[in-house]
Amino acid sequence: MTEKYKVSPAPHLHDRTSIPSVMWNVVIALIPALVFAVYYFGLRSLWLTLLGVVSAVATEALIQWFRKVPITVTDGSAVLTGMLLSYNISAGSPWWLPVVGSVFAIAIGKQVFGGLGNNPVNPALLGRAFLLASWPSLMTGSCWVKTSKSAVMSGINLDAIASNLQTVAPKVHNLVTGATPLKVAQLIRDPNIYPEFSQKIFNGLIDLGTLKNLFWGNVGGCIGEISVFALLLGAVYLLWRKIIEWRIPFFYLLTVFVLTFFFGGIKGSGYSLTLPFFHLFAGGLMLGAFFMATDYTTTPMTKPGRIIYAVGCGVLTVIIRLVGGYPEGVSYSILFMNVMTPLIDMLTMPKAFGKVKK
Amino acid sequence: MRFKTFPGGVHPHDHKHFSASAPVEEFPLPKRVVISMSQHIGAPSQPLVKVGDEVKTGQKIADAGGFVSIPQHASISGKVTKIDMFPHPAGASAMAIEITTDGEDKWVDLVDDENFLQLSPQEMKKRIGEAGICGMGGAGFPTFVKLSPPEDKPIDTVILNGVECEPYLTSDHQLMLEKGPEIVSGLKILMKTLSAKRGMIGIEANKPDAIALMKKLLASEKDLSVVPLKLRYPQGAEKQLIYAATRRKVPAGGLPMAVGVVVQNVGTAYAIYEAVRFKKPLVDRVIAVTGSIVANPKNLRARIGTPFADLVEHCGGTNAPIGKAISGGPMMGFALPSLEAPVGKGSSGLVLMSQKEAGSIEERNCLRCARCVDVCPMNLMPSMMVQAVKADDLTLALRCGLEDCIKCGSCAYVCPAHIRLVQWIDRGKIRHAAAQRGQK
Ligand code: SF4
Ligand code: SF4
Repeated sequence: MTEKYKVSPAPHLHDRTSIPSVMWNVVIALIPALVFAVYYFGLRSLWLTLLGVVSAVATEALIQWFRKVPITVTDGSAVLTGMLLSYNISAGSPWWLPVVGSVFAIAIGKQVFGGLGNNPVNPALLGRAFLLASWPSLMTGSCWVKTSKSAVMSGINLDAIASNLQTVAPKVHNLVTGATPLKVAQLIRDPNIYPEFSQKIFNGLIDLGTLKNLFWGNVGGCIGEISVFALLLGAVYLLWRKIIEWRIPFFYLLTVFVLTFFFGGIKGSGYSLTLPFFHLFAGGLMLGAFFMATDYTTTPMTKPGRIIYAVGCGVLTVIIRLVGGYPEGVSYSILFMNVMTPLIDMLTMPKAFGKVKK
Repeated sequence: MRFKTFPGGVHPHDHKHFSASAPVEEFPLPKRVVISMSQHIGAPSQPLVKVGDEVKTGQKIADAGGFVSIPQHASISGKVTKIDMFPHPAGASAMAIEITTDGEDKWVDLVDDENFLQLSPQEMKKRIGEAGICGMGGAGFPTFVKLSPPEDKPIDTVILNGVECEPYLTSDHQLMLEKGPEIVSGLKILMKTLSAKRGMIGIEANKPDAIALMKKLLASEKDLSVVPLKLRYPQGAEKQLIYAATRRKVPAGGLPMAVGVVVQNVGTAYAIYEAVRFKKPLVDRVIAVTGSIVANPKNLRARIGTPFADLVEHCGGTNAPIGKAISGGPMMGFALPSLEAPVGKGSSGLVLMSQKEAGSIEERNCLRCARCVDVCPMNLMPSMMVQAVKADDLTLALRCGLEDCIKCGSCAYVCPAHIRLVQWIDRGKIRHAAAQRGQK
């Protein structure tokens, strides 16, 4: 029979989403965070991000060229990985840090497994974990830089502790001006470090002025994580365009909220409603919950699975923050839950419509 | 108005404006028709005529080939000119009888039972069976088989499917507007044959005129009602429609009768009315000939067996080269290699797409984005199912719901990696069927 017209299987219509449209939309959603980073940290954060992006794209292209498979760097997925990797380093990092991180993320985190869709864990987070293991001093503690708008790294409203803090407690003053908010929260867990001041610092952390700084991003931290406002803008965009689904971020944040409300206090601090907000706003949680824990490939596909995954992320994050050895636990929690994903999927396979529960 | 619906599904652009307001037009007598022996699910019909025989319009030319089968009738009068393999509206080819017109359209004798609603259920069923009616929404299940449920499965509800959720298609919509009372009579006949107490007509929200008209017609009927449905594909799939209208869930692997429901398409209901009142066999149907490149998209009442090419010519041809010719709707229909195939009893539409519209994008790796999972109206795991089929792991494919897939295409519609999920699922279904046969 002559085939005059194209014969292909149904359906013959498709909505307009494609891999590039998904990836580029996420990139767009991440741009407000970059704008805020430039505003607070200066242009260096932009250059570092671009370096990360260019290295990721170049690595992907090169490997695909070597493997003699189609070069797909225009789909935006390598751009996204480079961007997320750079968002997870300090604005004061040396220029080669995002380069090394991105090359690792793409080469070992993604292409080794066969490229997009086959990677078991989020490549950007794997890249970050690699940097943290190899150059801990560049990824923790002293590497963080203050924003140009504030003399206080932790974003803490100093007045909430004591108006003449520098003179009455220079040690505390150094702490809050030199450490990230989560680091401060970690240190005051031990009542013996700042015996008379723990409670005051704690009150400073959960002060509304502090939360305001955290919300806008006037706080030390990684390039892309500081501004809750900017990240929420992007998140709303992604939810509106139906690029991400609400379950994972919602249950992740909810879990952190509930657990930190009950267990986040220090001895004698009682319960406070602003404390969970401190934990939601500080560190990399917003970036993680909306942009990294929602990575398609490494998260469960079933709806109940997504909830289990998100609650798992939340529980682990809170455990690391409140009792672990690191001040921040978002990346490791997500990486760990990434690994659990295939298992979660198998255990939560849906029952077909009309199938009786056995 | 409250609109009902089902979980899952997608919202494709409906593309109905091309032919939505075109009144049904009688397609002139075709020069030749090709009556396929396989217009339905079940055993092919058995030809009763031979080449050279003279036949009248409505004359039975093929017998049912088994219990689940239907007879076929000449749709024009003339001479049998060939009995052979012909292109089929579902793509491949099948045995068919070609009739060449005598130009006169001489009919067999029909009757007119004005009191047709007083006929006995047995007589009604007999007339429906003899008229060669099968589901006209596309599935093509022999109608009288659906009307003969086993004793232990009483039917209390008949639902007419006027949803027409496939994009582009408008034939059921127009039919409802023009033949409302007849369709309602068809519904009453169905209820009587099944001794069902309740009758419903499900119509999607994008046909407010049809909803209003049917509501008016049913205003004084206390057992009959219109069910307005949300705009969502596949609202017209049997199990989804039943759930939306009655909140009953047809058990997986089961038939609607398991929950006391029978669903028939509104076009089928009209054919049933004609069969019972006039003893008129199913020799014509309304088909939408539509698409952006059709010069004058129309809803045509065409004789069964009319070649698609004749219909397109009648619509003024196309404005641009045809990229794809789809028999049925674009979500579940078949892409035809040419327009040689004829109108079948299940042909609800012929959709022509330009070459640009027919373009497709390279398949890529599954992203595991779970869009397919979120839209699947059967609550399955299409992506994992397809991975399993690709890996030849039928056990896992079955766990993911291979048998429950209704091939609605929602998953493939949203897949950003453009994976031909339905094609792979189909392959899995075929392999599974073969494996089961091997076991027996
Ligand atoms: S898996 Fe089957 S039932 Fe589910 S969306 Fe795909 S085609 Fe439809
Ligand atoms: S929609 Fe396509 S890419 Fe996404 S999970 Fe399903 S099959 Fe994979």
